[in-house]
Amino acid sequence: MFDLTGKNVLLTGASGGIGGAIAHALHDAGATIALSGTRVEPLEALAAELERAHVLPCNLSDADAVNALPKQAVEAMGSVDILVNNAGITRDNIFMRMSEEEWSSVLEVNLTSTMRLCKGAIRGMMKSRWGRIINISSVVGATGNPGQANYAASKAGMVGMSKSIAYEVASRGITVNCIAPGFITTPMTEKLTDDQKSSILNNVPAGRMGEAAEIGAAVLYLASPEAAYITGTTLHVNGGMAML
Amino acid sequence: MSDVADRVRKIVVEHLGVEEDKVVEGASFIDDLGADSLDTVELVMAFEEEFGIEIPDDAAETIQSFGDAVKFISAAQ
Repeated sequence: MFDLTGKNVLLTGASGGIGGAIAHALHDAGATIALSGTRVEPLEALAAELERAHVLPCNLSDADAVNALPKQAVEAMGSVDILVNNAGITRDNIFMRMSEEEWSSVLEVNLTSTMRLCKGAIRGMMKSRWGRIINISSVVGATGNPGQANYAASKAGMVGMSKSIAYEVASRGITVNCIAPGFITTPMTEKLTDDQKSSILNNVPAGRMGEAAEIGAAVLYLASPEAAYITGTTLHVNGGMAML
Repeated sequence: MSDVADRVRKIVVEHLGVEEDKVVEGASFIDDLGADSLDTVELVMAFEEEFGIEIPDDAAETIQSFGDAVKFISAAQ
């Protein structure tokens, strides 16, 4: 089950905690992976841990660079069969103080670059009549979160966009799904104070943070041939924090 | 011109699974040849590959019929 031998993956946000776990999960299932991100060093370090990996740095706020990325991935691997849009940024601020720049930079990187990469990758998937797109959303996109109007909008936007694309390309053997992680242990959440952590965990029935590998496993499932009949859905991986 | 038309016709016949004699000058991909909107996207992709040209999205939207395609590609070459 869940064999990805011969499949080629383009993964953004690969230098982050969740990105690394996704890369390992798909690679261990046999896939070849193009690792994209802004910081080259962690990408190189991750690639060194994998047998079949390519490093394709990309600034997701640069439209031309984003549009070129799927082509570079095809040049490196021969195809993009699985696209995982995992990159995301935050620019938190209470809404009444949120600048247009804070709003638009988050929308640009999280939502618009996802749109561009989907468009670029779907061409080849349509031709080969097989494709998997997995967009990493967030529990916050469904529940909202104070201080994150921009981030929540971008993550909810991903869900609506994914469903619409899923309709359009289903007949071509391409599935488009989202994963909405809850609170996951990453370098980002390590910075939270113990007080912050315990107040978050009060709302998580599982009583613990999630592990990045648990997001990797969810991505692997949706990327697999076995998940061919699942499209337009959002898989919530949040320890019961929001049962949607 | 005729060479372009033959190659375009071959792609249309293969992709949409229609009879060759249905693919006439004014034949609309969607109304006459049974294509859906995604088929028209795939046809344009196939034309780009066959003729080594790039057809931008706004131009692609104007290619609605066999005749449109032949005309556009002949001009682009």
